[in-house]
Amino acid sequence: MLHEGLPIMSVQSEAERFGASFPPHSEDFVQIIDVAKQFGDTAAVRQVNLAIQRNELFALLGSSGCGKSTLLRMLAGFESVTSGRIVLDGNDITDVPPHRRPVNMMFQSYALFPHMSVEKNVAFGLKQEGVAANEIQDRVFAALELVQMAQFARRRPNQLSGGQQQRVALARSLVKRPKLLLLDEPLSALDKQIRQKTQIELVRILEQVGVTCIMVTHDQEEAMTMADRMAVMSDGLIVQCGAPRDVYEYPNSRFVASFIGSTNMFEGIIVEDEPDHISVQTSDLPQPLFISHGVSEPLGMQVAASIRPERMTVSLTRPPATVNWARGEVVHVAYLGSHALYQVRLETGKVLEASVSSMMLTRDDAASMGDEVFVSWAPDSAIVLRD
Amino acid sequence: MKLSRSFLPPARALAIVPPYLWLVLFFLLPFLLVVKISLSGMQFGVPPYTPLAELEEGVLRLTLQARGYIMLFTDNLYVATYLNSLKVAAITTLACMVIGYPIAYCIARSAPGVRNLLLLGVILPFWTSLLLRVYAWIGILRNDGLLNHALMWLGLIDTPLEIYRTDLAVYIGLVYAYLPFFILPLYAHLVKMDMRLLEAAYDLGARPWRAFVSVTLPLSRNGVIAGAMLVFIPTVGEYVIPELLGGANTLMIGRVMWTEFFNNTDWPMAAAVTCVMVLLLLVPLALFQHNQVRQLEQR
Repeated sequence: MLHEGLPIMSVQSEAERFGASFPPHSEDFVQIIDVAKQFGDTAAVRQVNLAIQRNELFALLGSSGCGKSTLLRMLAGFESVTSGRIVLDGNDITDVPPHRRPVNMMFQSYALFPHMSVEKNVAFGLKQEGVAANEIQDRVFAALELVQMAQFARRRPNQLSGGQQQRVALARSLVKRPKLLLLDEPLSALDKQIRQKTQIELVRILEQVGVTCIMVTHDQEEAMTMADRMAVMSDGLIVQCGAPRDVYEYPNSRFVASFIGSTNMFEGIIVEDEPDHISVQTSDLPQPLFISHGVSEPLGMQVAASIRPERMTVSLTRPPATVNWARGEVVHVAYLGSHALYQVRLETGKVLEASVSSMMLTRDDAASMGDEVFVSWAPDSAIVLRD
Repeated sequence: MKLSRSFLPPARALAIVPPYLWLVLFFLLPFLLVVKISLSGMQFGVPPYTPLAELEEGVLRLTLQARGYIMLFTDNLYVATYLNSLKVAAITTLACMVIGYPIAYCIARSAPGVRNLLLLGVILPFWTSLLLRVYAWIGILRNDGLLNHALMWLGLIDTPLEIYRTDLAVYIGLVYAYLPFFILPLYAHLVKMDMRLLEAAYDLGARPWRAFVSVTLPLSRNGVIAGAMLVFIPTVGEYVIPELLGGANTLMIGRVMWTEFFNNTDWPMAAAVTCVMVLLLLVPLALFQHNQVRQLEQR
């Protein structure tokens, strides 16, 4: 079910790495088995199966209302599970109240206690455990050192910047050495500039500590930068799960292809099905798409072909190939620094997006606004999507 | 952030005028009048006090009489009355805290639909006059009243409990009348509390009770203080409830004021009693205000 649209040659190896919506094995560190959550008449989460390995950094990615936060809250114990089971390190924690779970969460708005100093905030969890006072002090200091906040120990949260609060929140959720760390939109409250720096910093700290981590985010860049694997959620279901690169390169549906990054989508019908290629007839292009890697789908089937903007080449001269190119006019150029995004309107009316690296822009034969250009792509750059 | 030194546009400066005007007209000027009367001498006539300043043959004669104040501090009755009023107010405030906190907490944590209904229940008594409600308490607490009848019918007591015209009746009346003033500001604090802070506490291993003690309680402190002020301050000077429910020996400033004013027609004395009471109340209020400003500045 999951791997349709994948190129045949990579199915075997990818399938082993994916393994997502299959029921988890009993040796998996975190097992989310058939978990569903119903709020009255609406299903927030519908039958989710996930397996997460020890020390893995896993991202749940989706737009708001897709159920990712509800799933995270069920892992923390704030929401009860309507059906299904959650197993952590061999122990069923489905019905364990939040204060007895070896799970800690870093909240989206950090939820630092405003009436306590940084030090007391971090010590709070250890105090509940009844850890001895001198050990508390050592561990709090170590945790604050880890996030480079030791010199702010006496401050109140409202005297700290957003980035500093985020570090304190991280220290507070790590100090108890949880088996599972939950990050709820960990960086969404930060400015864009500091966010990118913090993403890498956060991954470094998490790797240093060696903690299994599930994060929720709506920011695909954040998920791709930080996570070992990610699951794309939509409407309470996991649509695709895999390493960021696999999900980006081999989306399994129209939804994932357009949700992760931007893409050029061609709706069409398979008109030719040969062992080494297929052809897709589409009204968006004057000639059929020639796709070289094998996709075995019946003739006449309605499919979509997705080609990423960076796979498109823009040239002023007509390409030598007989297939996989189209003539059009440059209607918009967005300069983004590292690359430029061209919008090319074809004769069919379809507007293609092509990403051109800045290095190419400096060449003499670079296309500019209003030019008649040829957009071309390699036969193996299109992904065929059935769903 | 301090706004004091920043530029205030004319319209905003103008907007501050009405409240100041109101305070000057309806608080400061009347209070100065009371201060003036408290320093005058007593006389029979209209008005029943001597003028403070008199112009006689080009000589301005200013007569300040401290008789009222001297009496206040030398007559043990007044000192005892003040102390008793403070004691009654303190106990009433404490009782309101103990009873009101759980009520405010439950209302704040209930579902939004139910919440409005419960709030209405708290405010509803205000729709009838306080006097009527206090009379109703007389009917309940009297020796042959509702409460004693019920208790005797249940077989819990043989002879009626003597509550009416005792200090206990005064406390019951005061707590009943002022409880909403404690609940409402506390509720306003509790309802806007960030529930994620509680979740964070649970998440870090705090049992529900520990989370309440170490997070909810300290964060609702200002609500408790505001409610306590709203109960304590009017209770000190309360007249109606001690008069109707209390016994002859229930000493409260309000009753003393009434006696001085209407029975003895000693306006200067009544005014002095009032001035000292205001001072007595201003001190805790100023402390609270100071504390609030400091907390705001910390933010």
